Amino acid sequence: MHMSDTRDIQAPPSEVWAAILNPEVLKACIPGCTEVTGNRDEGFEAVVTQKVGPVKATFKGAVTLSDITEGEAVTISGEGKGGPAGFAKGGAVVRLEPIPEGTRLSYDVEANVGGKLAQLGSRIIDGFAKKMADEFFSRFQTAVEGPAEPETAEPAPEGDDETPKKGWFKRLIT
Amino acid sequence: MPKDTGIGASTKRREDVRFLTGRGVYTDDLTMFGQAHAVMVRSTVAHGRIVSIDTAAVEAMPGVLAVFTGEDFKDVGGNPAGWLINSRDGTPMREPKRPVLAHGKVRHVGDAYAAVIAESYAQAKDAAQVLSDATVIEELPAIIDMKAAAADASNRVHDEIPDNICFDWGWIEDNRAAVDEAMKSAPHVVTLELTNNRLVPNAMEPRASIGEYFPGTGDYKLTTTSQNPHLTRLLVCAFVMGIPENKLQVVAPDVGGGFGSKIYHYGEEALVLAAAKRLGRPVRWTAERTESFLSDAHGRDHVTKIELGCTKQGDILAIRTETYANVGAYLSNFSTATPTFLHGTLMAGPYKVPHVYVNVKTVFTNTAPVDAYRGAGRPEATYSIERVVDKMCRELNLDPFEVRRRNLLTPDQFPYTTPVGLVYDTGNYQATLDKAVELADVAGFEARRAESARRGKLRGMGLSTWIEACGIAPSHLVGVLGARVGLYDAATVRVNATGTISVMTGAHSHGQGHETVFPQIVAEKLGIDASSVEIVHGDTAKIPFGMGSYGSRSLAVAGSAMDRAIDKIIAKGKKIAAHMLEAAEGDITFADGKFSVAGTDKAKTFGEIAFSAYVPHNYPLETLEPGLEETAFYDPANFTYPAGAYICEVEVDEGTGKVDVVSFTCADDFGNVMNPMIVEGQVHGGVGQGIGQAVLESTSYDENGQLLTGSYMDYAMPRADDVPFYTVDHSCATPCTHNPLGVKGCGEAGAIGSPPAVVNAVIDALHRGGHTHVSHIDMPVSPNRVWQAMNA
Repeated sequence: MHMSDTRDIQAPPSEVWAAILNPEVLKACIPGCTEVTGNRDEGFEAVVTQKVGPVKATFKGAVTLSDITEGEAVTISGEGKGGPAGFAKGGAVVRLEPIPEGTRLSYDVEANVGGKLAQLGSRIIDGFAKKMADEFFSRFQTAVEGPAEPETAEPAPEGDDETPKKGWFKRLIT
Repeated sequence: MPKDTGIGASTKRREDVRFLTGRGVYTDDLTMFGQAHAVMVRSTVAHGRIVSIDTAAVEAMPGVLAVFTGEDFKDVGGNPAGWLINSRDGTPMREPKRPVLAHGKVRHVGDAYAAVIAESYAQAKDAAQVLSDATVIEELPAIIDMKAAAADASNRVHDEIPDNICFDWGWIEDNRAAVDEAMKSAPHVVTLELTNNRLVPNAMEPRASIGEYFPGTGDYKLTTTSQNPHLTRLLVCAFVMGIPENKLQVVAPDVGGGFGSKIYHYGEEALVLAAAKRLGRPVRWTAERTESFLSDAHGRDHVTKIELGCTKQGDILAIRTETYANVGAYLSNFSTATPTFLHGTLMAGPYKVPHVYVNVKTVFTNTAPVDAYRGAGRPEATYSIERVVDKMCRELNLDPFEVRRRNLLTPDQFPYTTPVGLVYDTGNYQATLDKAVELADVAGFEARRAESARRGKLRGMGLSTWIEACGIAPSHLVGVLGARVGLYDAATVRVNATGTISVMTGAHSHGQGHETVFPQIVAEKLGIDASSVEIVHGDTAKIPFGMGSYGSRSLAVAGSAMDRAIDKIIAKGKKIAAHMLEAAEGDITFADGKFSVAGTDKAKTFGEIAFSAYVPHNYPLETLEPGLEETAFYDPANFTYPAGAYICEVEVDEGTGKVDVVSFTCADDFGNVMNPMIVEGQVHGGVGQGIGQAVLESTSYDENGQLLTGSYMDYAMPRADDVPFYTVDHSCATPCTHNPLGVKGCGEAGAIGSPPAVVNAVIDALHRGGHTHVSHIDMPVSPNRVWQAMNA
């Protein structure tokens, strides 16, 4: 299946770029992810538990980064094995470009499933994958730029005025 | 007045007592002392090179007794194709080895490359998963689309077959030029491209096998879900395992449906035998439902372009087809016969067509093997013809009933030699068409259509006049055409000393009702009560060498063998009676269960003769052996040709595209009918499967070869509320001219004749509703496809 979308993130490309390559961010943003280890050069190992329709499984997989254009584009490829549930694999080309509000992140995802996941879950897999992607990038956006500002801004507590606007990742690196 | 017993009586099925009360004994019901459990390890990718299988990862797991991989079977034979087909240029088909377990490469999702044997099923299953995870398979691009596969020599299902083509067959090649010429000069040519959708057989009972080995004697025993135990024995012994035939007993006990998928020998059968020998313990395997979806031989899967040349009045002048037939990853046993001699030979249908040429290219793909499924080739032929005839009627604005009536062969034309090599012996196609028109109340259709319209539904009526060929034969002819087996059948009629009878038949019953019908015939012929006749089938240690049941052949072929064996019994009985009654053998007549001296009241009952044969105190021992047991082998002179006319009415919801089959009428000619109730049941089942194919069933592989319809969540089987009450008639009978019972076979008819009737009805409904741009919708005519077509 194929998915592509763009998101505008209120943070400069350098921050978004750093976040993408950070295993802690990936762990927090991948729905159902319990563990991410590794680094950008050697690749990451991830453990993800998910339920697709009738199939619940823990996927153990390897994620590699390739075609890196520093600060601009990266191809993320992964394959996860879910034991009796089958496997899922895919790749995403992620591109960043600066915009006045911050960064435009565009992604192009190609994903495939096999085994029981395909045999039992194919009817729902497209919707499921889209939901996963949406959730991942929403979390990612939140992690980088912080939660959306409330409609009626309350006066910020003294001495803490920057905090609500910052995502946790931003806090981590600033 | 309907009969109560014997031939023609609707005797209730005696086997149903055990089937309906849960007392049937199926393979998986058997428990063997000391048994171990096998679980197959199957590929999750469609195409890949096996890099390594780390068997050590499981050998120490709890309960694990043995692990098998393709390496263990690399020195034994392969599972062969049963029919050699030559390509148009005379070269023989390509026959890649089909190993017991995949070796070197995996070629479809579900291809078994290893097996784990353990003390318990759960232990075997756990270990199989670990072994799957401990296997490295380098995935290769999947080959799924037939035309792309044939065009791309770089990616190969079998490394030694460059274009993935098994054969390119022309039938009949000598017709080709004349057909091309006729097509060129025809006043009108109708062209239709269609797909005959791939089907999963879905027998209620999944495949299962138990292997046993007896070290004391060196004997093997295989209990398995088979439609033909002797054929399985022959394949296991002579081709795969090299076991002497006399050292293997194959038993197919109660079998819960086959529809073709259990004709074939599968690797699991060889695996359990090899494992039983290695372990010295019985080894059992039963498929899970998903395994059935992945590894049972599928059916159909043809992509066809059919052209029909005709006059402006709709007289058919020529038919030409080009078909791509998917054989899947390996050649299953009948996979090469199904798209050729069971398909191309039927391409004249029941019509007077002067010129017919059929081209079939069979293609290897990374999908489950495809083979015969209820109808086997004949549904594909019938669908192509009946759809293109219907399209012709629409294009030329002609009445489909009138056009068919004009093109159908007439009773005075039999025997009729078709341009595609068959000789139809008898039939009356006008009679079945007239009967169907009457029973379906075609005259009242307009009123029903108006009533449907008031409810907002588009109603349409579809017709199909079909013919098929059953009881594939004769052996000398099929041998010339490439068959590697004979196609006779056999029966032994054993009269016991007390006059009861055991009939050992080579046919195999897996739901058909042989245990009821065959005794009816014996009872009728011998003038005895059917309850004293027992049918023995499904055990190579008990029955004569027979070819099993498929292709609607049991009654026509095995039934005829039984008839011949009874004739021998009667002939011997006359000799015994002549001695006992002190009369000349020529003066003895046999009727109503009595041997009589013609013109006298001197007689001996059948029971008295039987007793005398086994207690031969007053017996012509000098000239006649004691005992009363006879075997006959029967090799038919020709196919049989059941035919009929089906009329279907559908309602289409214009808003959603949903198709409801609201009425279905069958007027069939099955020749003589032995048990009308069973025949009706066979037609019901067949039409149900045909409606399933036409409206619901779709087997879908994605571009990576993943089976997306691997369970009943995604594979739609017809259910009771998807089918209407059927009107079934078989009164227009023209008895088969060349078998002693005058029977033709009824098992597949419904599945052959019904799909085009349904689709023709859907197209008719759309046209009547003003959607005249719709000329064809591929099966299944799902709401999505119908809606898309309407709104294109």
